[in-house]
Amino acid sequence: MVVRLGLWAAGLGLVAAIAAGPANAQTPKKGGTLVFMIPADSPPSFDGHRETTFATVHATAPFYSVLIRVPPDNPASTTEFVCDLCTEMPKPTDDGKTYTFKIRPDVKWHDGSKLTARDVAASWNRIVFPPSGVTSARVTYYAMVDKIEAPDDNTVVFRLKRATTAFLPALADPFTYIYKKEILDKDQKWYEKNIMGSGPFKFGSYEIGQSIKGVRNPDYYHKGQPYLDAIEGIFADKQSVRVEAIRGDRAAMEFRGMPPSARDQLVKEAGKDVVVQDSDWNCGNIVTYNHKKKPFDDVRVRRALSLAVDHWGGAPALSKIAIVRTPGGIVFPGSPLAATKAELQQIAGFGPDIEKSRAEAKRLLKEAGQENLKFELTNRNVDQPYKFVGTWLIGEWKKIGVNVEQKVVPTGPWFAAMRGGTFDVVVDANCQSVVNPVLDTAKYLPKKVYPESYGDYDDPKSIELYNAMTQETDPAKQRAAMRAYEKHTLDTEAHGIVTPYWYRILVIRSYVKGWKISPSHYLNQDLANVWLDK
Amino acid sequence: MSVITRNGPAGALTDDTLPRKKTALDAVLNFFRRQPLGTAGLAIMLVMFLAAAFANVLTPFDPEENDFQAMMQAPSWTHLLGTDQMGRDIFSRLVYGARTALLVGFSAAFAGGLIGLVLGVASAYFGGWFDLVFQRILDVLMAFPLIILALAVVSVFGTGVFNVILAITIPLIPRCGRVVRASALAVREIPYVDAARALGFGHTRIVLRHMVPNVVGPFLILLSAFVGQAILAEASLSYLGLGVQEPVPAWGLMLQGGAEEYATTAPWIAIFPGLAIVMAVLGISLFGDALRDAIDPKLRDR
Repeated sequence: MVVRLGLWAAGLGLVAAIAAGPANAQTPKKGGTLVFMIPADSPPSFDGHRETTFATVHATAPFYSVLIRVPPDNPASTTEFVCDLCTEMPKPTDDGKTYTFKIRPDVKWHDGSKLTARDVAASWNRIVFPPSGVTSARVTYYAMVDKIEAPDDNTVVFRLKRATTAFLPALADPFTYIYKKEILDKDQKWYEKNIMGSGPFKFGSYEIGQSIKGVRNPDYYHKGQPYLDAIEGIFADKQSVRVEAIRGDRAAMEFRGMPPSARDQLVKEAGKDVVVQDSDWNCGNIVTYNHKKKPFDDVRVRRALSLAVDHWGGAPALSKIAIVRTPGGIVFPGSPLAATKAELQQIAGFGPDIEKSRAEAKRLLKEAGQENLKFELTNRNVDQPYKFVGTWLIGEWKKIGVNVEQKVVPTGPWFAAMRGGTFDVVVDANCQSVVNPVLDTAKYLPKKVYPESYGDYDDPKSIELYNAMTQETDPAKQRAAMRAYEKHTLDTEAHGIVTPYWYRILVIRSYVKGWKISPSHYLNQDLANVWLDK
Repeated sequence: MSVITRNGPAGALTDDTLPRKKTALDAVLNFFRRQPLGTAGLAIMLVMFLAAAFANVLTPFDPEENDFQAMMQAPSWTHLLGTDQMGRDIFSRLVYGARTALLVGFSAAFAGGLIGLVLGVASAYFGGWFDLVFQRILDVLMAFPLIILALAVVSVFGTGVFNVILAITIPLIPRCGRVVRASALAVREIPYVDAARALGFGHTRIVLRHMVPNVVGPFLILLSAFVGQAILAEASLSYLGLGVQEPVPAWGLMLQGGAEEYATTAPWIAIFPGLAIVMAVLGISLFGDALRDAIDPKLRDR
């Protein structure tokens, strides 16, 4: 009898344990402080509308709300968007030209006052139509917006000039913090040096070049969140410092990304105490030719250089040493608008037979009278992955007899060279946040319509193809239009080379739960759903 | 008054009784015998020169060719010193890297030394306000450590072999100028300088023909030290990402690319370029010290 009772008790215990295990794993625990590293010395300012760097968004996103966002529980999705301040995602009306958002009535600013639709409209008007003297980094994203209104305290209406699939992804941009109208009315620049939002954490303290701290917002409108009591971001621009901090558990993670060697080192030394999250990254290096300099005004030379690069052979090898991985065209590989492998293989340099491509490259160079071509490749003085990519490209071009000298310059002169057109060929970058192919691919347009296109070429056909693609709302037709634009850009005119997309690798202390990686280091940074299993 | 004549009467000095005149070979052999460490240094330098001169014969692989099938391979018979993260043969890159080291080292040392020599002698010769102003300029330049001044120059002019040579040359000029001036001040007081002036020779001729040759001794010793310093500075600049750039083989650059990330998983990437820098600087320093001892009459017979 005793034995039977014992067995029964043991069995019950086992069942309870099995049942309790997953439940415990799923139930967030409250409390604790998340300490994370920010790979920068400090943000240039706190104003998300003005800045474009992750240093700002990593430091300040937990203090702010946004109108809509990528889903925090599925941030890898490239097509799904959910409300943050709104109550539900609206259906567009007026042939896709009007979006009406209802704003949650239960949102409070960190100073205790009520957030209304007028705050939302004021913030968005500042982003889309910045007043004189105010810098808004993403004005070009919202060229389709005609008007933003708040007819009452609970409603915000966006009226567009034309229907476009680019609008909602653009609206989910993580830098589009909602600021308090009353403060903006007094001083449009107040938010550059101060923080006051309605996000999951209230601003605690900031020490320049050291750290930024926040404490739990007890009035947060997503009930039950945030789970953490506090957050602390520590600024450290040196990778070795960040790796050491994670290894020694002085910090739980960083959010940008680290190279494979650092991942391997941490995994080897910390074992089960760390977990790895990785993802394709909506960032990539692109080779840009200066069309104003000979011989790069000759499409044969540009095509030859494109044909010499073995994307399929190089990407797997580079991925072992650099933060790059997936070959792709002008669209992020995870997007429905991205080229398939078969489609990519129709583009110069992506063909299945690299030797054949290189033979064609040599023929083109000979035909252009550039058999002994020499030039300077300007690159940014950043190891990962710029210098790795640059060195790889030089090796590839050498295989068709082209001699290239790499000129590595700091970030400032790198931008200056691109903007001033004082380069032969440059390792440029196209790094975006929300996957929004329609806007992301504007980088390949001529400079006169997209100022950050540094090739300095005029190409009316390119603009025509791009416009056709952006104005198409049928997914299948838009995809076909994107292929035509891509083929024209990378193959027919060979305006540039898209090198393998970056690959985001994060090593996280295993007690950090709830946070999921996304294709951008700008996304999913409010940390409301993060909890510590300690 | 007695006159000593050759083949004279008994008791006079003859060829047999005169000490045999030392030949250059004697001097070299004497150097080898008396300066074993300096000889070792010279041997290291010779190895470097031979490696640089015959790099294309000695190396089994193209030092700049990426080979993704051979990434981070440990030393083997195929790759004597292993391969780096891009699959490049480290031995081949080290041998070719000697070219970069010697090119930068000797160019910067000679350029800096020669300019410093002329300016230092001129400063001593002219004296007065020229000497005063020139020495204050040297004071300012010498207030900066060599590598800091080189960093400043490279940040203005940019990277690349020529700019690195320029960046290292500039800090070497005052170092040479100051030492040479001290020697030249003594030479200036010797009557033949006054004699040359009295004969109506121009300043340029007096400085270059009559003063410079008389300060060459300390200058040569200085020069050997400069070569070592310049090689070390080049390696430092490359390590900091401000020297020559990939894929050019250079020892400091090899350290920069591999040492930091693969120190534990592929230590050979860092060890061999590090050793090459150590050996080169050690060799040149040993040779320079020995040369000083050999030339200095006070130390020559110890």
